[in-house]
Amino acid sequence: METQQSPSDWEIVTGLKRGDQGAMADLYDRYSGVVYAVALRVLGDTGAAEDVQQEVFMQLWRNPAGFDSARGSMGAWLAVITRNRAIDALRKRKPETDFEDVVLSVSPDLAGDADRARAAEKVRAALGTMPDMQRKMLELAYFEGLSHSEIATKTGDALGTVKTRIRAGLITLRKAFQP
Amino acid sequence: MSIHEQFAEDLALHSLGSLEGEERARLEAHLSGCAGCRLELEQLRGDGALLALSATGPRPPQHARQRLLDAVAKEPRVQARVGDTAPRRSWWGALGWAAAAAVIIFAASLWKENAALRQTVASVRDQNAQSARELEDLRQIAAPIIAPEAQVVTVAALKEKPQPGGKAFYLRKRGSLVFLATNMPVLPEKKSYELWLIPTQGAPIPAGVFKPDAQGRASVINPPLPANTEAKAFAITIENEAGSPVPTSPIVMMGAGE
Repeated sequence: METQQSPSDWEIVTGLKRGDQGAMADLYDRYSGVVYAVALRVLGDTGAAEDVQQEVFMQLWRNPAGFDSARGSMGAWLAVITRNRAIDALRKRKPETDFEDVVLSVSPDLAGDADRARAAEKVRAALGTMPDMQRKMLELAYFEGLSHSEIATKTGDALGTVKTRIRAGLITLRKAFQP
Repeated sequence: MSIHEQFAEDLALHSLGSLEGEERARLEAHLSGCAGCRLELEQLRGDGALLALSATGPRPPQHARQRLLDAVAKEPRVQARVGDTAPRRSWWGALGWAAAAAVIIFAASLWKENAALRQTVASVRDQNAQSARELEDLRQIAAPIIAPEAQVVTVAALKEKPQPGGKAFYLRKRGSLVFLATNMPVLPEKKSYELWLIPTQGAPIPAGVFKPDAQGRASVINPPLPANTEAKAFAITIENEAGSPVPTSPIVMMGAGE
């Protein structure tokens, strides 16, 4: 549980830029749950997930300028970076995404444990409203890193159908957070 | 901000890294010149981040924290490496100094103005109160730059030329905005740049008219804005000299907020 004394994300990033090791401990305490859960979901192996987590945090330590608030909220940004790194590890390929290329826009505040838990609950509810095949395609693309042609081969659907369903799935998630 | 419908599905796949080959190359070429589609790509990445949050599982093992902190302790200094990052960081660093310089210059101009007033006004009985007001003015101006909760939006050129750029420091709660631009192209005669706050809902809101100086630099400081308006993006158009209540020309620069 976070207290009023908890540093803000902005303070943590400023600390990282100063080389403050305590800021890295704060970052870990706040976001390791998200980072590890995403890595584990993709890789399905605790050792590999821990390695990806270590890699993500160390890259940010080495290059804290890789993140700034114009790139999105810290929690969402770390989730995307971790997912991309984990997919690279799953596919045994060199990291393809530069930290600085990941810019995103997300509406809910994800800085607190309670905020993230509420958002996750909403996402799960939105996923529950989707047709099974659409949810499956979205998860194959996101958590297994399959291309749309690989998904089409796997499910037997036309390429156009895969594309349409994936986009509609993402838009459904977005709408779940719109007033 | 609208997107090009023919790219709508490819944007979704690209946000997940699932687009390949020719389709990917075609989309990336389009993105280099289309701010609307870039904005949509950022939102789709955000949608993906929400999907990532649905992942649940055990907490990381306890030793993982110490492993990380041990690795951090073995690489104790990061500042020397910051210079290795992309050149644009140093540009923005310079802009940060420019922002500081702008505040200092503004402070200096206030001081000079104040000195002139003292010469012309025989008795300045409320000097202390005036100084306090000046200090508060400076605080108000600097607040969007230094406040931890300030929203910082990067605005970049739509076309391939990367040199023109600007940075908007926006404090929603107060409706305070400081915008600094560099390398702005020379304007046609009797035209001005106009900055727009694009809210999450509703029409663009005028956020100040400006003309760059001979070096292409310009600033907009605390234009009148409604308080507590959430900004989805900031954009710039070219308008008649006095500005316009609604955009009448295509967006030439824009940047999305958080």
